Amino acid sequence: MARKLLLSLIVAAGTFASVASAGEDNIQLKEGPGREIVETRCVACHSLDYIEMNSPILDRKGWEASVGKMVRIMGARIDESEVQTIVDYLTTQYGK
Amino acid sequence: MSSASEGAGVKNNRRRLILAMAGSAGLSQAPWALADRGIGPAGLPEGALDSSEYDTLPGKQPLIKRSWRPPNFETPVRSFNDPYTPNEAFFVRYHLAGIPQIDAATWRLRIGGDTAETPLELSLAELQSGYPHVELAALCLCSGNRRGLSKPHVPGIQWGHGAMGNALWKGVRLKDVLAKAGITGRAVEVAFDGADTAPIDATPDFVKSLPAWKAMDENTLIAWEMNGEPLPHWNGFPVRLVVPGWTATYWMKHLTSIDVRSTPSAGFWMAQAYRIPKGRFPIVDRFVSQEAETTTPITEMVTNSLITNIRDQGIYRAKTPLFVRGVAWDGGYGIDRVEVSIDGGRLWQAGVLGDDLGRFSWRQWSFAFNPEPGEHVLVARATNRIGATQTFDLVFNPAGYHNNVVQRVRIRC
Ligand code: HEC
Repeated sequence: MARKLLLSLIVAAGTFASVASAGEDNIQLKEGPGREIVETRCVACHSLDYIEMNSPILDRKGWEASVGKMVRIMGARIDESEVQTIVDYLTTQYGK
Repeated sequence: MSSASEGAGVKNNRRRLILAMAGSAGLSQAPWALADRGIGPAGLPEGALDSSEYDTLPGKQPLIKRSWRPPNFETPVRSFNDPYTPNEAFFVRYHLAGIPQIDAATWRLRIGGDTAETPLELSLAELQSGYPHVELAALCLCSGNRRGLSKPHVPGIQWGHGAMGNALWKGVRLKDVLAKAGITGRAVEVAFDGADTAPIDATPDFVKSLPAWKAMDENTLIAWEMNGEPLPHWNGFPVRLVVPGWTATYWMKHLTSIDVRSTPSAGFWMAQAYRIPKGRFPIVDRFVSQEAETTTPITEMVTNSLITNIRDQGIYRAKTPLFVRGVAWDGGYGIDRVEVSIDGGRLWQAGVLGDDLGRFSWRQWSFAFNPEPGEHVLVARATNRIGATQTFDLVFNPAGYHNNVVQRVRIRC
């Protein structure tokens, strides 16, 4: 739900061609604890296929580094307290 | 819009078709059943193969979707059998998802910076009428092409072989425009920005610079035409930079500003991204102002080749001439020869080079042989005019750049 809302906000505010957003709507991340928070935090700048595409190639350290890069370099707004849940989800569902 | 579900349908049907074909040929061994479904070579991460599908961006033909937003779409290898890659088939690569539709009538290019004594602003008409026109063929190749084949895998867009395309580019020389802007001898780098932006302000803007000497090279162009047509939106309309010989990270799309600098550009995309370990690759062009202790920016392409018309794990007729076609390229010295092996690299025979379209273009080549019944492993190896060739073992680097390991295409006849 939250992700759909975010997506429509992005599309409404943005200049991005809607055709690609329609494809993006069909992405289904794997069921598991933490999915909702990953879907809302990781969708602001790029589609969630960035996660699917990069699997299963990263271990926990790899996902920690990746999430850290998103926060420290790319400017992702993710609470310190959420990082653990996100890394757990990515490692369990999309880790090697 | 139903394109996404159609794309997924194509993928699934194709998978079924290939499995059915493998079954009907009585092939039970696993590797042959895992044949490339047309969306990437075997060896890409599983998640990349699963999340990729054919889909159509406006103005493009169906390409291989690696990511939706920003759009990263790869050209299928079969499109590389043409000397120039059609605009509709040309790959699309963006880092940042804010991509404006630009009105050519109001677009302006600003040229300034601390070592430009006469800064100026140009409309498209002024750019096109103010300087001599130049047309040249050049290969545009994403630094990360073949990243998906890195062993071990590294994070990033998981490209197969298709993040590249050869085109005829028309524009004006960057050096003529820089001269008009009064570039002085104190210039160290020239930095470029495009109209695409990040959805969130905190994300580093995609700004790239060239060393002043490369910016002043007579082959570095500000281009508005690609294969005789205006640049497609997704390839940088109305104007992009063309940096022949160097990887596409420098070929700034939707170009809006040029900054002539007396100091090195310090942004993320220069200082931290697009770097290779020093001393590991046979690279000639240095980017001295950006060199760090252990890394240096990627510069020219390494010598490389690709077989374009034979499917890995394909089945072909024995005792009938088989024409193998491909392309070969390098960082701008020109291809000297392509050798082909049909036994996995033990014996090598000369391939026949196609027309020379210029030293920055890829070079088409072909090779014909009469296959005996059984399995064959085709390998091609290009060498350029300064003797640089391909490797047999990957030179691993954390971003997966410069993968020019000879390709091995297994066929059954
Ligand atoms: C503030 C913007 C932003 C947010 C939020 C964000 N990313 Fe990214 N991410 C980027 C940018 C920019 C890139 C580089 C895109 C490119 O070059 O194609 C990227 C790239 C990636 C990559 C590819 C590897 C790499 O480092 O380039 C992965 C994997 C990734 N992001 C995962 C995530 C995950 C997981 C989250 C949520 C925890 C997330 N991102 C949230 C901006 C963001």
